[in-house]
Amino acid sequence: MKISSTKAIMECLLEQEVDTVFGYPGGTILNLYDELYRYKDRIRHVLTAHEQGAAHAADGYARSTGKVGVCFATSGPGATNLTTGIATAYLDSSPVVFITCNVGENLLGKDAFQEVDITGIAMPITKAAFLVRDAQSIPDIMRQAFAVAASGRPGPVLIDFLKNVTSADQMIDYEFIPWRQNRQCAGIQELNSSHQLKNPEPNQQDVEKLLEMISQAERPLLICGGGVVRGKAEKEFREFAEKLDAPVAITVMGGGGFPGSHPLTTGMIGMHGSQASNVACAECDLLIAVGCRFSDRVALDPKTFAKQAKIVQIDIDRAEIDKNVLTDHHIIGSARRVLTMLNERLPQYDSTGWKAHILPMRAPSVAEDSPILTPQQILEVIRLQVPKGTIVATDVGQHQMWSIKYLHFDYPGQLLTSGGFGTMGFGLGAAIGAQMGNPDKRVIHVTGDGCFRMNCHELCTVEHYGLPIISVVFNNGTLGMVRQWQNLIYGKRFSETTLDRGPDFVKLAEAYGLHGYRVRTRAEMEEAFAKALSCGTGAVIDCILDIDEMVRPMVAAGSPITDFLLKEAAK
Amino acid sequence: MKKQLNTERKLYTLCILVDDTPGVLSQVARLFSRKGYNIESIVSGATDRPGITRISIEIEADELIIEQIAAQCRKLLPVKAVKILDEDTCIRREIAFIKVQAADRAAREEVVQISNIFHAKVIDVSRDSLTLWVFGSQSKSNALIDMLSDFGILEIAKTGTIAIERGRSTIYDDSKLKEEYEYGKNVL
Repeated sequence: MKISSTKAIMECLLEQEVDTVFGYPGGTILNLYDELYRYKDRIRHVLTAHEQGAAHAADGYARSTGKVGVCFATSGPGATNLTTGIATAYLDSSPVVFITCNVGENLLGKDAFQEVDITGIAMPITKAAFLVRDAQSIPDIMRQAFAVAASGRPGPVLIDFLKNVTSADQMIDYEFIPWRQNRQCAGIQELNSSHQLKNPEPNQQDVEKLLEMISQAERPLLICGGGVVRGKAEKEFREFAEKLDAPVAITVMGGGGFPGSHPLTTGMIGMHGSQASNVACAECDLLIAVGCRFSDRVALDPKTFAKQAKIVQIDIDRAEIDKNVLTDHHIIGSARRVLTMLNERLPQYDSTGWKAHILPMRAPSVAEDSPILTPQQILEVIRLQVPKGTIVATDVGQHQMWSIKYLHFDYPGQLLTSGGFGTMGFGLGAAIGAQMGNPDKRVIHVTGDGCFRMNCHELCTVEHYGLPIISVVFNNGTLGMVRQWQNLIYGKRFSETTLDRGPDFVKLAEAYGLHGYRVRTRAEMEEAFAKALSCGTGAVIDCILDIDEMVRPMVAAGSPITDFLLKEAAK
Repeated sequence: MKKQLNTERKLYTLCILVDDTPGVLSQVARLFSRKGYNIESIVSGATDRPGITRISIEIEADELIIEQIAAQCRKLLPVKAVKILDEDTCIRREIAFIKVQAADRAAREEVVQISNIFHAKVIDVSRDSLTLWVFGSQSKSNALIDMLSDFGILEIAKTGTIAIERGRSTIYDDSKLKEEYEYGKNVL
């Protein structure tokens, strides 16, 4: 069947069961948006205030639903505005297909209006970047792009269409093939054959070796990394942890991979890791990390990291093995498959003595009374009031660490946070994407005053689409995390971190047609949050905090993991 | 046992098989600049398999660095195979064109004599210059260049080093490592 190229693009989206795309139109992508107009009953387009917001929204949609997110933008500045969003998705292995259009073939490389080599720019931050110069190749490339984004270690893919490829006179051969079948199609097949695409099994001997190592270990520690979340292996991981009877430390990206309230959880590990996690890491004799790359925020000092332990890495990406920390053993495969194989053979262990040593170090989880509002109080109010399964999107900084510490996440996709790239301004976009993808769930956006200011223009998107997202702003009038470093390491020289400026976030919320509240005590927070939950629209709660609140505990970058610069707050 | 990596810096050749697609060379080359390493030479050419290009990159590095660059390289979708070769395991050759000043007959004769010793060939001659062609290891062409520098070298063009493993084993051979990388690339 001959159809127009833009129609083929839309049909290819439908093949992949895409029903929501995020984006922002512009000159070169007009043809695509014109076609989208004809498909608007089948593909919902979410218009954001800025391309970066659209990129984060597609990312948040992907993380919270497990489907591939889709984001549209025009050439030049539209495309470059995506880049922070693309990099955020790349560092956190989130499957998103970014679709941009470029100038026509006749103008390519001539520095035409709004022209930029986005496939070149995106090269280091995508799994693959395609420049489409031939309309006939559209179905193959679209199918490949989605396959690549979702397969193996997931990640972003960019497709850049030249404008002439999308023009009305481009008719191509096209046949609708649902994605489960189209992964056998010409383009995909070519991709497949070159990589001998199959469903490889984790190496059985590698699994045996780990079982042997486990049988010899006395003080095992598990790390739940982002791979457990992205691989949706939470059930298998939980079974593994319970059979092993080992403490479980959770990384920032691993939030949701293992229940935060489980009796084996020791909490976060690394720079702001709990004392229990970090001491366990230093003292364990077998460390099994699942889907964790030992980033510099976890393995602060690779040389002394888990130095008494044999280190075992389970990862889908072979390039992560020995990248940051040299290991003793590794198993390559998806977390789910490897853990299933391990669980089949793993007997029930008992490490009561080791647990009795580590688990009591956990900090109390009840917020202390205080006349002025504390971060833990805010999060406790949220935790107690929200329905079960509420999705939390955070920005980056102190509020992010507090959220992960004091809120408990129970399933993959419940916590949306920019752990790898640390993108300020990620949260609101991600919350919008998550709410679009999960209309039945509550979505809370936890942010700081610095982060919120970066992308708060997306409140217009919240209002326009009637999304009941609550933005809880941890407003301490400073770039809290940077100030914390200045406080502890830079001799209290608070260089350019004080944010003593507007806007008034309550008035801002109202200006966007949303509800705004300002709170200074726990009681006010309880009242405002309850109102926000029932108000039916989006809301902003401006929580006034002390400027010198710090994230505890803290280990300085590059130091051994138990050299606490700040201890856990006293019991 | 944790791996022990050699921290001594030496010359490695990375041989990479890639799909012949636009931008693939810059995709590979980028990995070196990302680590802040300077490529000594880079050569790209066809192979016995259609659509597959072989890129040979020479770099001075230690084992940790070369392993990491190779790992990132293997991860790229168009990359089919990567082999790290060092002096002990491979044969390395390059071709150099050397344009040397030879203003008079005596100079020309002397240049020709030197080039004979090095099994270099004269491929062009003019009244006041000679152009030589030399094939061999890098040290051989460097030695020749050193000898000719007395006459005044006008221009040099080199191909860069290509390398191939000694013995029966080839870059196409399957290994556990290769399988492990394919897992991460494409599990559908």
